[in-house]
Formats: sequence, C-alpha cells, structure tokens
Amino acid sequence: MPLVRETNFHQPGKRYFRRYRAGDDFYEALINMHRELSDEQSAKANAKLILLLANHIGDLEVLGEALEIARSGVDSFPENE
Amino acid sequence: MFHTYKNPVYEYKKSRDQNTSGPVHHPLVVVGAGPVGMAAAIDAAQQEIPTLILDEDNTVSVGSRAVCYSKRTLEIMNRLGCSQPMIERGVTWNLGKVFFRDQLVSSFNLLPEDGHKLPAFINLQQYYLEEYLVRRMDEFENLEIRWKNRVMAVETNADRVVLSIDTPDGPYQLSCDWLLVADGANSPVREFLGLESRGQWFHDRFLIADVVMKAEFPPERWFSFDPSYHPGRSTLLHRQPDDVWRLDFQLGWDADPEMEKKPENVIPRVRAMLGADIEFELEWCSVYTFRCRRMETFRHGRVFFVGDAAHQVSPFGARGANSGIQDTDNLIWKLKLVMTGKAPDRLLDSYSDERVYAADENIMNSTRATDFITPKSAVSHTFRDAVLELSCQQPFARDLINSGRLSDTAFLTESALTTPDSDRFGSDMVPGAAMLDAPVTGSQGSQWLIDLVGGRFTLLYFVDETATLSRSVLQDLEALGANRIPVKSLVIGGHGEPAAGVATVIDTQGLFRKRYDATEGTTYLIRPDQQVTARWRAFDITKIVAAIDSATANH
Repeated sequence: MPLVRETNFHQPGKRYFRRYRAGDDFYEALINMHRELSDEQSAKANAKLILLLANHIGDLEVLGEALEIARSGVDSFPENE
Repeated sequence: MFHTYKNPVYEYKKSRDQNTSGPVHHPLVVVGAGPVGMAAAIDAAQQEIPTLILDEDNTVSVGSRAVCYSKRTLEIMNRLGCSQPMIERGVTWNLGKVFFRDQLVSSFNLLPEDGHKLPAFINLQQYYLEEYLVRRMDEFENLEIRWKNRVMAVETNADRVVLSIDTPDGPYQLSCDWLLVADGANSPVREFLGLESRGQWFHDRFLIADVVMKAEFPPERWFSFDPSYHPGRSTLLHRQPDDVWRLDFQLGWDADPEMEKKPENVIPRVRAMLGADIEFELEWCSVYTFRCRRMETFRHGRVFFVGDAAHQVSPFGARGANSGIQDTDNLIWKLKLVMTGKAPDRLLDSYSDERVYAADENIMNSTRATDFITPKSAVSHTFRDAVLELSCQQPFARDLINSGRLSDTAFLTESALTTPDSDRFGSDMVPGAAMLDAPVTGSQGSQWLIDLVGGRFTLLYFVDETATLSRSVLQDLEALGANRIPVKSLVIGGHGEPAAGVATVIDTQGLFRKRYDATEGTTYLIRPDQQVTARWRAFDITKIVAAIDSATANH
C-alpha cells in the first residue's frame, strides 16, 4: 500500500460530522504533548514519536516514501528575511 | 474615516411606564439591541410574545465589527423575515485561500454543492444587519424598543425580575417575567447579578483596518501566514459591501494599541499589503485582544444570557455573532411553550445545556485556530510551518491548516431532548442536527424546504409516489395538527401530484432524498428551530407523539 496522502485521522466507534475535526483533535494532542518541554526535550519527544509510528507502520516502502517527502521540502521552501 | 456609512440616530421617547407610581410589568424584556438581542426580540414577537427591548444607546454598531454571517444564521434570519436585504447587500463568498510566505498553499470551498436557498457565507457590516433588524422590529405591534434606556440594577425574585433603568428623563423601574440578557461581552447585567464568564486570555493583539478601495480582488477570504510584507505574523483580507475591505494584521502582544491605531502607522501597513499603486482610504480602525470564555450556565432562574454576554470566542472562524443568533433560535420557542403552559419549566434548562455544548465546541475550534495562527512555542511553530509547507503537495496537510474553522452548527446528539436513532440511516441528518435545505416543487412552483419549516414542530413524511399516500396516515397527520403541541405536516413526494388535504411538495431534483437518506415512509420530526429531533424509517404516530413529548421535556 502506498503512503496515504488524503486525510486519514479517525477514531474507532466515533462519528465525525466535520471533515476537519479528527485532524484537529490529533493536532491539539500533538501540541499538548510538548507542553512545558524545553526545545531539546521536545526534539527528543519528537524523535521517540517518529520511531514509535515508524515501527507501527512497518512497511519500509511507505516509510521510505515519507522520508523522501519530509526531506525534500526542507531546503526548497522560500524563507522570509 | 467613515466615508461610506453614517450611523442613524434613533429617537428616544419617554415611555408611559416612566409616569407610573409602581413598576409596570412586562412578560419579556430583552437587554441590548445588538444583532443577538434584536434577533431574540423579533423571534419572540413572531411567536406572539409581547416583547420590550432596551438599549443604552440610540444607534447601530459603530464600525463594521462582526462582518461574516454563516448559512445557518442566514436561515434563522430568513425565518425572522430579515435575510433578503442581507443577501441583497452582502458580499456572497464560498472560497477561502491560504497563503504561506506569499505562495498559495490551499483553497477551500465552503459550499461545494448547489441546492440551498442561502449561501455558505456573506460578508456584511454589522451596522447594516442592525439597521435591517431595527426596521423589521418596527413591523410588530407587540414589540417595543426603547433607546437610551440603560439598565442600572437588576433584582431577581422567585416570581419576577425588577429592572432599574436610567433615561434622559431620569430613572424608572419596570418588572418582567423573563429577562433576556444580550448586553455583550462585558455584560453589565452579568456584573449586577454577581455572575462570571470564565476562560482564557490570549496574549496577542490584532489590528483591524477597514479600507475603501476599487480593487480587482475576488470576493474570497485570503489568509496569509508569514507574508513578506508582514513577516513572522499573519494577515487576513476580506471583502465587504460598498468597496470596503476588511484587513486584519496580527501585531503581537508588545504592540502599543494607541500607537497602532493611528492612521500614520496603519497606512504603511496597508500599503505594504496591497501594493504601492493601489489607492485606498481608511474607513475604520481598531486594535483588539481577545479571550475565550463562557458562563458556567446560561440560565439563572428567570434570566437568560445569550450571545457574547454568555460566551466569548476569538474572532477566527466568525463564531461570535453567528453563535449568538443561534442561541436565541434555540431559546425563544421553548420560552413560548413554557409561557403558554405547554411545557414544564425544565424545558428552559435545556437551552443552557444545548447552547453550553455548542459554546464549548465554538470555544474549542476558535482556540485551536488561535493556537495554529499564533503558535505558543518553538516546537509548535515548527509543526505549524511543516503543515503549511507540506500542504502544497499533500492533501491531508491542507486539511490540518487551521486559519479559522468557519462557523458551523453543533450536532446536539447528546441532548436530552433528542430521540436517538432506532432505525438505520446513511445521512448526517441525525437527531440533533440543524436541518439541511433542499429545493422542492410545490403547487406554486419552485420552493425551498427551509421556507416551509420552522416556528413550530413540523413532520416531514416521504413517499415515493404521492398517489399512494394512505388514508390512515392522512388521518394521523390531521390528528398531529390538533395535538396539544400542534405539528404541521409536510408530505414530500418523490413523484406525483400534490395530495389532497395535506401540504405536499415534490422532490423533483432528488436532493431531499439524498440529503435525508429518505426511502418510502421515512419520517423526520423537526423542532421549531429547524433542528432534527427524531427520525424513523416508517410512520408511527405513537413514536412521533413520544418524540414531541421528549423534545418539549413533557415526559
């Protein structure tokens, strides 16, 4: 299965009436995880999170695709001065 | 400033209540003639409740303020007889665009399908809306407005509420059975009663600059993250009528509001945003901070809080005025039933239960938008920018961009008034949903479902072919019309001619069938505020009567 690029956030047994809602639920939980952490601690928490999710996905083709997309944008988007 | 609009001045008149020895008694008094208070008063007058509305001032909103009105609000205004001038003057828009560092990263259409009477959103200066509401209020014999009547004290008793009021002719008192408080975010009445609205302050400041210009920008909502002309912060561009454009600039917490409001400081910001060659004039400026908060409960005995007095949200998503108007939509029919002895007092508690639920959803959505727009930590900022960068290529990231989740309705599925589904349905028109409109054909040609429902309980009964409508169902529909709480019936046919003896429309475009997942015999019970409260796959009068009892706390 290729990398899922469409919105895929959901929760078993929960009905969402608004398209944005499950994604916003996740995003809030993600930002809350970092609450009161230093930048260094946050970086470590992020690293652990990626490792956990990568193991869960497992499929190296999918992970490879995600790695490529994540890397490619980093130096190409214009920066403001 | 103020090139396009001159505020009307409404005449203060000494009322006969000011000449009496004791306080004159009124069934219902509304405090505050803003959009929410006036919508409440019109709704009450339409429900034949004699209504008095008081306002401390004698004009409409100064400045454009709330400019963005949602489809659901327009549907309520439609029911109140006020939507037409709003639509005529308002700027209709469906499309929102998001830019990140000057690059378009996402756009969203808020009404991706046709077949609704009212558009997804219109932009309209608050003063126009208020003017239309004042005009509409004038049409009711049983509705009186008193300008320059400032409430100075409120005393609540078990059997009535006593108000002390100041006027240009000095003070007087009056009493009422029910008091609706619509006096805004800093609600003086809330203070008088020693009540609080609690929540969170946001440490940021925003500049509103309304400008008049002839520009070729389309009627779209443009939200910009980190644009080159305002680096590190966000801006918003939105069109209003009269060639007025709403510009918003995030300023940060350290900005000095008095300095930022000065034209010599505003003009360079506007010029940077619009480009040097666009001519414009400043119409109105304001620097604001905001908070998200609400009262613990919106009902205190005979006193109801509505709109900003009850709950306050950040402006991202236009959830302030829109949710306030939805408060009164929820309350007035309940008040009417209780006032006429058709429902017990506890029905009024459900106003608070349902609207607190909606307020929490509004606060949650507008808080999330605020956190996305103004990240509070470095890591939060990194994630935000990562979402924006990814969104050029990745559809899922587009959906995560939160520049304000624009006002939508809460699904009151948990409300004690709704009858949960016992049959299987495929549509989102669940008990607790605000009903969706659909085009139908009646004896006078094309009609809108939304025009045929509202103000009282309505039963929608679907049959594939109107000729097959059974005599026993017709008798039951007639019986429902004579119920203690009367129910209007509307038969919706897939095909056929209008049935005799009952209001019938034909679902010529099949959109009712689709939106309501309707099959032969599907029955929807709709509340007076156009909320679905129960639905079944087959007609059963016992279940219908039980659902009406449930929806009116009569069980």
